[in-house]
Amino acid sequence: MSPALVGNVLVLLVMPFLLTGVINRVKSLWSGRKGPPLFQPAWDVLRLLRKSSVYSTTTTPLFRIAPWVLLVTSLGSALVTPLLGSTPLLSFAFDFVVLAYAWGLGRAALMLAALDTGSSFEGMGAAREATFSALVEPALFLVVGALGLFTRTHTLHQALFLHIDDGASALAWVCAVVALLVVLQTETARMPVDDPTTHLELTMVHEVMVLDHSGPDLAAIQLANSVKLLVGASAIATLLNPLAGAGTALSAGLTVLLSLLVAVVVGTIESLIARLRLQTVPKYVGLAIAAGAIALLATTWRLGGAP
Amino acid sequence: MSDSVLLARLDVSQLTPRGPADWRPDVIHRLGAGQRLVTLFARRLGDEALLTSVFQTAAGALEVTRAAMNAAHGYHELTTTFPALHCFEREMHEQTGLRIADHPWLKPIRFEGQEQAAMNGYPYYRIEGKEVHEVAVGPIHAGVIEPGSFRFSCMGEQVHHLEIQLGYQHRGVERRLLGTDPRRLTPLVETIAGDTSIGHAWAFCAALEALAGCELDEHTELARAFVLELERVAMHLAGLSGLCADVGFLQGASSYGRLRTTAINTTMRLCGNRFGRSALRPGGVGLQLPPDLLELVRKNVDLLRTDLEIINERFVTSRTVRHRLEGAGVLSTGQAKELGVVGPSARASGVLIDTRHQAPAGVWKQRPIAPQVLPQGDCEARGKLRIAEMNESLRWLAEVLTSSPRFGGPKKPVGPLAGNQLVISVVEGWRGEVVHCLETGPGGELIHYKAQDPSLRNWMGLAIAVRKNEISDFPICNKSFDLSYCGNDL
Repeated sequence: MSPALVGNVLVLLVMPFLLTGVINRVKSLWSGRKGPPLFQPAWDVLRLLRKSSVYSTTTTPLFRIAPWVLLVTSLGSALVTPLLGSTPLLSFAFDFVVLAYAWGLGRAALMLAALDTGSSFEGMGAAREATFSALVEPALFLVVGALGLFTRTHTLHQALFLHIDDGASALAWVCAVVALLVVLQTETARMPVDDPTTHLELTMVHEVMVLDHSGPDLAAIQLANSVKLLVGASAIATLLNPLAGAGTALSAGLTVLLSLLVAVVVGTIESLIARLRLQTVPKYVGLAIAAGAIALLATTWRLGGAP
Repeated sequence: MSDSVLLARLDVSQLTPRGPADWRPDVIHRLGAGQRLVTLFARRLGDEALLTSVFQTAAGALEVTRAAMNAAHGYHELTTTFPALHCFEREMHEQTGLRIADHPWLKPIRFEGQEQAAMNGYPYYRIEGKEVHEVAVGPIHAGVIEPGSFRFSCMGEQVHHLEIQLGYQHRGVERRLLGTDPRRLTPLVETIAGDTSIGHAWAFCAALEALAGCELDEHTELARAFVLELERVAMHLAGLSGLCADVGFLQGASSYGRLRTTAINTTMRLCGNRFGRSALRPGGVGLQLPPDLLELVRKNVDLLRTDLEIINERFVTSRTVRHRLEGAGVLSTGQAKELGVVGPSARASGVLIDTRHQAPAGVWKQRPIAPQVLPQGDCEARGKLRIAEMNESLRWLAEVLTSSPRFGGPKKPVGPLAGNQLVISVVEGWRGEVVHCLETGPGGELIHYKAQDPSLRNWMGLAIAVRKNEISDFPICNKSFDLSYCGNDL
C-alpha cells in the first residue's frame, strides 16, 4: 500500500467528523461556551448506529434505501476529490461531472424519501432543496470548467492545482474560492443558507427532509453530510494550497490544515450573522454562479479571445 | 387599596343591569366615542345571562356597565363592527350558551368541558384550489413549548390564511378559583400563566385587598412593582434570546439567554423562586431586602445594564438580523386598534396602551417609567420595543435601588371580604394588561372570578400579521408576539 492511499483513506475516515466537530467548537467559542468534544459527531453516529430505525406505515422501501444511496454517492464523490491536495484515490477525464451527478443522485434520493413520508413539512423542504440545488449545479460546472480551461486539464484535481501567474488567473482563483464556499454552504446545509441547529420545522431545508429518519438511517445521512463537507473543504483547501500537486507530505499536511481552516471560516460566518430570509437564499447561491461566470470570463482575458 | 394598579370597585346593587335594547347601543356609543373595551364577560343566572362590560375612557379611568338578557334570545353581534370584541363574544357564547345572533365565527376559544373531546374534529377554514396547500403544525411542537394547533393555507411559500386553535391547556382555572377561601388563592393564580406569575398575582392581590378594605403602605407597593419590572426584564430577555435563536443569530441567542439567568436568579434571591412565585401575598409581599442582598441586586442590575448595552448594539446593528426582521409580520396601527391588541405588541404597532401610566397614584407616579412606542408594527419593531422597555425598566430598577428601599415588613391582615362587590383590577404585565374581575355575593363569598391574560386578545393579531408572509417567517412572527397558550386556555 502506498502512503498516498493510506493517507487518503485515513483522511476520509477521520476528517468528516473532525470538520463538523471544528465547526461546532468554533460556534461554541464564539458564543462563550466550551463546546462539545471535537469528535462528538463520530460518537453521535456510533450512538445512532446502535439504535434501530422507526418507519412510518406510509413509507415505501424507497424511504429505507435513500439514506444509503446518499451515503454511497457522497463517499463516491470523495474518491475523485484531492483530499490531500494531490492525486485522489480515483481519477479519470471529466470526473467532476461524476461528482456533480453523484451529489445530484443522493439529493434526488433524499428528496423522494421526504416526499414518500407524505408530510407537508418534508414536501416543503424537498421543494426548497430542489430550488437551491438547481442553482448550485451550474455554479459548480462554471467554476470547474473555468479552472479546467486555465490549467488545460480534464480532471477535478488537476483543475484545482491552479497556479497564479497573472491577473486573469488570480481573478479566477478568487472567484473559484468564493463560489466553492457558497456551494459548500448550500450543499452541507450551513448558515446563512440553512440553519442546522434550528428546531423550527417551517424554516428548515435539509433538516426537515430527514425528520422522519432515525437510527442507522439518520447516521448514514449525518455521515454523508459530513463527507460532503470534507469534499468541499478539501477542494477549497487544494485551491488555496500553493504546494498543491506536489504530492509531498508537506503539501498533504498543509491541505489538511487548510481544510480545517475552511471549517473555522464556515463556523465563524455561522456565528456572526443571522440566517438569510428564505426568499433571499437563491440570490446568495446566485453569488456562486456569478463568481463562476467571472472566473470563466477570466479565461477569455487570459486567452486574448483565441479559442 | 392598591394605588399603583388600575382599579374599579363597585357596589353591585348600585349597578342596575340594562336590557339588551339599552345596553347594545350604549356599547356602540362608547366604543365609537373612543373608549376602549377592557373586558366583556358573562355569567349564567338560570335562563338569564348577566353581562359585565368594562371600558376604559380616554383619560384612563375604568367604567363598568351591566346587561341582563334571556340567554336563548341573546343580542345581535358586535364583532362585525368592532372586531376587538370577537374573543369576548366567542367566550361568552362558549361559557354561558348566550345566543349572539349573526356572529360570523363562534369558534370556541378553548373548548371548555365536554368540548375538549371534539377538538380534533373541528373544521378549519379551507381555501380551495389546485395550487393551495395546507400545512398543519402542532398541537405538539418540536420544541419544549406549550401545545397549540396552527393550520396554514399557503400558495407556495406564502401564507394566505392562518387559523390558530387553542384550548389544549385548558385546566378549568376559573372554576377552581371559586372553590376555596379566596385569601389562599395566590399559588393558583400564579399558575394561570407561569411566565406572568407576578402580573397575575398582583392583579389578584390588589382586587382582594380592595374587597377586604386592606390598605397597603408604599414600601409594599414599591416591592411589588420592583419584582414586576424584574419579571418584565427577564421575560423580554427570554423573548429576545428566542427571537435571535429563530433567526440563527448565535451571539444574541446566547448572550440574552445568559443574562436572563441573571435576571431570574435575582428574583429568586428576593423571594425564593426564579419565576416570582410566592413574591406576592394578599396584604403584603413574600420578599425581603437586607443590606447584603441589596448590594447583590444592585450588582446584578448593573451587570445587566452594562452587558445589555453591548449585545443590544450588536442586535440592532446586525444587517442580517435586520434583513430577517424588517418588514416581516407587519401589524398596522389600524389593525392593532381594530383587533384590540394590547401590551408590547400594540405599542410596537404605534398604539400606546400602558396601564402603568394610567393608575391615578402610586409607584409609577412617584417614580415615572417612560412609555415606549414604535410605529412600524413588524417583527423588528417588536424586538426593538422589547429592548427599549427592558432598558427603561432596568433604569427604573437602578433608580429605586439607589434610594435603598425597604421591602418586606409584616403582612397586613386581610379581613373578611365585603359583600355584593365587583372589583376590576388591571396590571401591566410584561405581555400586556392582566385583568382580574372578582365579584362577591351577599355574604362576601366569591361568586364570579374572571381572569384575563393579554394573550386572549393578541392571538388574533398574530394570525393577521402572518398573512402574505412567507411560511418560513412564521416562527419569528410567533416569537415576536410571544403569547401564552395556558393564559388563553385557562
